Amino acid sequence: MQTNGGKALMKNLEAEGVEILFGLPGGAILPAYDPLIDSSMRHILVRHEQGAGHMAEGYAHATGKPGVAMVTSGPAATNMVTPLADAMLDSVPLVCITGQVASAAIGSDAFQECDTTGITMAVTKHNFLVTKASEIPQVIHDAFYIATTGRPGPVLVDIPKDLVDPKNPASQFDDYEPSGHDLPGYNPITEPDIEKVRDAAELIFQSERPVIYSGGGILKARAAVQLRELAELLDVHVVTTLMNRGGFPDDHPLALGMPGMHGNYTAVTALQEADLLITLGARFDDRVTGRLDGFAPDAKVIHADIDPAEFNKVRSADVTIQGDVGRTITELIAILTQLQETKKHPDRNEWKSRISGWQERFPLVYDDWNPGEDLKPQYVVEQLRDLTPDDTIVASGVGQHQMWASQFWHFNHPYTWINSGGLGTMGFAVPAAIGAKAGMPDRMVWAIDGDGCFQMTNQELVTARRENLPVKIAVLNNGYLGMVRQWQELFYDERYSEVHLQPDLPDYKLLAEAMGCVGIRVESPEEVQPAIEQANEIDDRPVVIDFRTEAGENVYPMVPAGKSNSDVIVHPSQETT
Amino acid sequence: MSETPFHTLVVRVENKPGVLARVSGLFARRGFNIVSLAVAPTENELFSRLTIVVDVESAPLEQVVKQLDKLINVVEIQELAPTESVTRELILVTVRVEEGKEDQVMKNIESFEANILSIGPQRIMVSLSGDVDKVEKFETSLRDFGIIEIQRTGTIALANIE
Repeated sequence: MQTNGGKALMKNLEAEGVEILFGLPGGAILPAYDPLIDSSMRHILVRHEQGAGHMAEGYAHATGKPGVAMVTSGPAATNMVTPLADAMLDSVPLVCITGQVASAAIGSDAFQECDTTGITMAVTKHNFLVTKASEIPQVIHDAFYIATTGRPGPVLVDIPKDLVDPKNPASQFDDYEPSGHDLPGYNPITEPDIEKVRDAAELIFQSERPVIYSGGGILKARAAVQLRELAELLDVHVVTTLMNRGGFPDDHPLALGMPGMHGNYTAVTALQEADLLITLGARFDDRVTGRLDGFAPDAKVIHADIDPAEFNKVRSADVTIQGDVGRTITELIAILTQLQETKKHPDRNEWKSRISGWQERFPLVYDDWNPGEDLKPQYVVEQLRDLTPDDTIVASGVGQHQMWASQFWHFNHPYTWINSGGLGTMGFAVPAAIGAKAGMPDRMVWAIDGDGCFQMTNQELVTARRENLPVKIAVLNNGYLGMVRQWQELFYDERYSEVHLQPDLPDYKLLAEAMGCVGIRVESPEEVQPAIEQANEIDDRPVVIDFRTEAGENVYPMVPAGKSNSDVIVHPSQETT
Repeated sequence: MSETPFHTLVVRVENKPGVLARVSGLFARRGFNIVSLAVAPTENELFSRLTIVVDVESAPLEQVVKQLDKLINVVEIQELAPTESVTRELILVTVRVEEGKEDQVMKNIESFEANILSIGPQRIMVSLSGDVDKVEKFETSLRDFGIIEIQRTGTIALANIE
């Protein structure tokens, strides 16, 4: 049966199970937007293409399904570069469809032409430039396969206009169902090598001071249940990186929380003092390791990951296990259970008491609020945490508010924490929250944002209102690019360069109202709870709460850049003289 | 074992547009140094074969290989040890032939068994193929006469017949 590229594009997106597209039409993608009218897929019309990309990411983080964005050529494609890079670094399954100028015009500097596949090569797992309309079904099938298997990531499909335009003969072809994948260079290995799992089990049995270092791979592999089973079987503590918050319940007695530059003292120090790191779906990011030659100096390393290129890239490992981390943990549990019948590991009581000693001495703290002072941002996060349902989805931007959210929220469910970890994309929170809400309409979705971040992408609240996606945004408004201010305070002799934003410009309440949202301003601690409760009650439009917070508040603990994790700076009240 | 920081990788890739850009872009963005790169289709038109000589002082070979392997269009990567492979490079060079030095130039060319391709006024174009050492030596020997123009292909390699 004859079909055309545009129709085939819609049909094959539907066949891949796509329910929601985030996008914005324009010249080169116009013909693909016409058959969209007859499609079962919901399209969410964004106000900026970057928003479409981050919404697709938020959707993918929350649902586990690939996020899909569709935009036009040229500037729309370049606006998509940031979300693609973000998805690349955080291994988010994303499929992005971009329009391209007509085949014959490619290379001629045509209107809204750019070399999309060339530009996005470095920020995608793979990309395709479609050259014949008949390729579309197979390419779409391949794109979803590549995006969602192995180490997930973004895939871009660039389609010239003539190939989707039914008026152009080049768009016509005999329809077919794509079957299989002719990708001889792509064979992700998911089954772990049992011998290596056995080696890992042996190391665990020899270890006196083991710690499970769990990363975002746990969530990608949907392996939170297995991780918990392993931790409980071994009775070994777990650190959850920024990308795995929620992958192990914070309220669990074995949870140590987040490691790294702004991690819990105990999580940082347990990694540092361990004699074995059981590394599961984590990649030794520099924000976790601090100065590398000083990181976990006495630790042997077990490294399990789907991507073998992570092995020995940063920290050399004693045992490496390539494969799906969920499968790896399952095999590990089976072998450990057997071994436990015959073997005993060294006494770990001293190690456990050291850990609980650190926990008692160095909990996460912040200064009490005194009358006349601005709100403490940490207090706002705690109140939000306590006044919202336990399975609330929290999205954040990048900076101080992100660290406070990660530190003070108690993440007890997987897929409740959505943030930009690797790329550190300011402005991520608002669109990511909207995407999450689109995918999980029955769940409460809060964004904890900073005033700097909010100003980068807040226009998507118009999208949220228009599309009936009632997200709630808590702006921790300290009138500063807070994290940069903190660094200038601590490392640039308090010489503040271009970090002041002014807390009342824009007027966040009016701005929210202008975008069809409810705007609330909170200036004192007693207003916090009523404002959050009011926001929680509103379900017919987005809410923005402008929390005026203490400008000089710093994030602690902190490992200064370039320093070893042993040099972690604790909150001033915990310093020993 | 040789102590050279150069390793020869033979990479089979799908013969698709942009593959060379993917490979060279990967090397550039990860800070891997390419010493030379040669590419051409193979006996099977669906695939091309790249011979890449990499400087592993810039990054461990393991990383280079694993990152290359992540490219979807890269099908197979093989490291060819110098003792287990044949490597060849082709050089084309136009050399100055000053008056009175004709004999010296010709003697030099003959001693390397290079081919004379073209002779003009006070210049001569020659070609030579051989392993990198031989090509390097040949090039060095011509420098004193004056090299007008030069092009080398970079190394290509095949595993030894067992």
